[in-house]
Amino acid sequence: MQLRSTFTVSFRALRRNTMRSILTALGIIIGVGAVIAMVSIGNGAKSMVESQIAALGENLILVFSGSITQGGARTGAFGAGTLAVDDAEAIAREVSTVVAVSPEVRAGAQILANGLNWSTQILGEGADYLTIRQWPLAEGLMFTDSDVRSVGKVCVIGQTVASQLFPGGSPVGQTLRIRNQPFRVTGVLAAKGLSVQGADQDDLVIVPYTSLMRRVTKQTMLRSIIVQASSPETMASAQSEIIGLLRQRHHTTDQTDDFTVRTQEEIAQAATATSNTMTLLLGAIAGVSLIVGGIGIMNIMLVSVTERTREIGIRLAVGAHGSEIQLQFLTEAVVLSAFGGLIGILLGIGASELLSSLNHWPTLVSPTVVVSAFLGSAAVGVISGFYPARKASLLDPIDALRYE
Amino acid sequence: MAAVVHLEDIHKIYDSGEVQVHAVRGVSLEFSKGEFMAVMGASGSGKSTLMNTLGCLDRPTRGRYLLDGVDVGQLDRNQLADLRNEKLGFVFQGFNLLSRTTALENVELPMLYGPHRPSAREMQERALRCLDIVGLSDRADHFPSQLSGGQQQRVAIARALVNHPQVLLADEPTGNLDSKTAIDVMGVFQRLNDQGITIVMVTHELDIARFCKRNLIMRDGRVVSDIAVPDRLVAEVELRRLQDAETAAKLTA
Repeated sequence: MQLRSTFTVSFRALRRNTMRSILTALGIIIGVGAVIAMVSIGNGAKSMVESQIAALGENLILVFSGSITQGGARTGAFGAGTLAVDDAEAIAREVSTVVAVSPEVRAGAQILANGLNWSTQILGEGADYLTIRQWPLAEGLMFTDSDVRSVGKVCVIGQTVASQLFPGGSPVGQTLRIRNQPFRVTGVLAAKGLSVQGADQDDLVIVPYTSLMRRVTKQTMLRSIIVQASSPETMASAQSEIIGLLRQRHHTTDQTDDFTVRTQEEIAQAATATSNTMTLLLGAIAGVSLIVGGIGIMNIMLVSVTERTREIGIRLAVGAHGSEIQLQFLTEAVVLSAFGGLIGILLGIGASELLSSLNHWPTLVSPTVVVSAFLGSAAVGVISGFYPARKASLLDPIDALRYE
Repeated sequence: MAAVVHLEDIHKIYDSGEVQVHAVRGVSLEFSKGEFMAVMGASGSGKSTLMNTLGCLDRPTRGRYLLDGVDVGQLDRNQLADLRNEKLGFVFQGFNLLSRTTALENVELPMLYGPHRPSAREMQERALRCLDIVGLSDRADHFPSQLSGGQQQRVAIARALVNHPQVLLADEPTGNLDSKTAIDVMGVFQRLNDQGITIVMVTHELDIARFCKRNLIMRDGRVVSDIAVPDRLVAEVELRRLQDAETAAKLTA
């Protein structure tokens, strides 16, 4: 029999029970809709995390000062201060795929200006820091390499610091005091907002790392070194070259390393792992409802086979093959689930849009999820329709005709 | 004329584990095109089993059955289905129409199956023609629930005719109908038979059997009598007689 007439037969059978068909498809509609909505929410959260990681800068490699063991006691991360300024200079000099390096030290301090005071974080960085972080200035200029070399008393400040200490006018050209050392403000950073963890990224002061080390904290070692590789492709080789170089300089092996080298990708992976897990969890819960919908279809098809035994008998008597009966019931199940799947896709996309507009949650409907949800619903149709269809096709025409 | 149906020593034994039921015990039978035969007999006489065998719904345990020259015993399930589709038409006691399906779609049903499927348009034309033959072309889009018993049975007859069968098999076609409607349906059969269609029907009503050309009586799985009907009734005459009687009794105007 041609496929077309199977469709004719199946559509006629479904149309005869419009209400039942719609209710059966509802299980799939909700299942597919839930899968799409849930995964879209999860993907949206993931993309938000990813964009914030990307906002760290481009092709970043972070070298952290590690812990060392002294007399059996181990210092925590950053505790040891094992990285020297020389290390940063060596990386810039010897690793060819590195385009920019910024040594970093950090300190917390109470700062004063205009008779106001504010406790904030002080970052000591190289002159390339803002370029690496792709962080534009709202006004003024970044300090220069010569400021770094000359241990200049200059700084750029974040928006939060600017509004707290200089509520009146432009801070550029004004002076603020960090532990009694005057620093001239050369620029104000553009606002960055909250980080993934909810910290205020604009609440900081950036000074040349040399100035912070010698004038404020009196330390000699770095907290970390921020390195920018030339392209995403050179990240891996730059990472291994940096590791090799530092091992050579520090006389360590991978067992005794007193530093950690992380690429931006690795950090992103760690951060997105959580949202991946959440997406998976949401998707799995929604998947269960899809399976329940499938069982609903199987149930209805089984009832339908029993209820329509006489119909099957008539069809067999007028010349239907067993395979045609099987195909008819299978087609009915697949049509139901595919129809349910299509409506479910629309429903899922609609629900995602609604959620993101009502709650300002980011949602991201990915074509992969839509396609696989549709294929999934069709597969549910085939699987749940197969057993009832097989049962129908094996009926004996005489028994089926006599069935009351 | 070549025999349309040729039965040779047909046996049918139902084996339900311990008990063996010998339903048909050696029936040999032959009839040619244009035959109009009633198979009669008490319950358990084997007439239904014989009909199922004739209808290729069931295979004989022993014996040979040639339908239009084809040895039915050699065919598999699907070939039997094709044979039913192309050469046989079925009319049942309980009409067996698909509910919530229009008369037209019910008549189209056999054309949806079988090896040669006509176009949708041809199907509709043929179905309408068959509905016209049984006088129901104006009821094509009615559902079975909107039709009377006699009309439903006539839709079933139209469905049986739609693939131009060699033999029309009717299992107690008047069993669920009142006597007047029954005669009406027999009238349809007689007209079809006059056009050359071979009809075999099972009935237990003697007066219904008298509308046929030949009566076959079965008992205990054997044919005990096979006679031509001597004074055959004509449906139109009987209908008129019934009408007159009803008028006399003031049942109708």
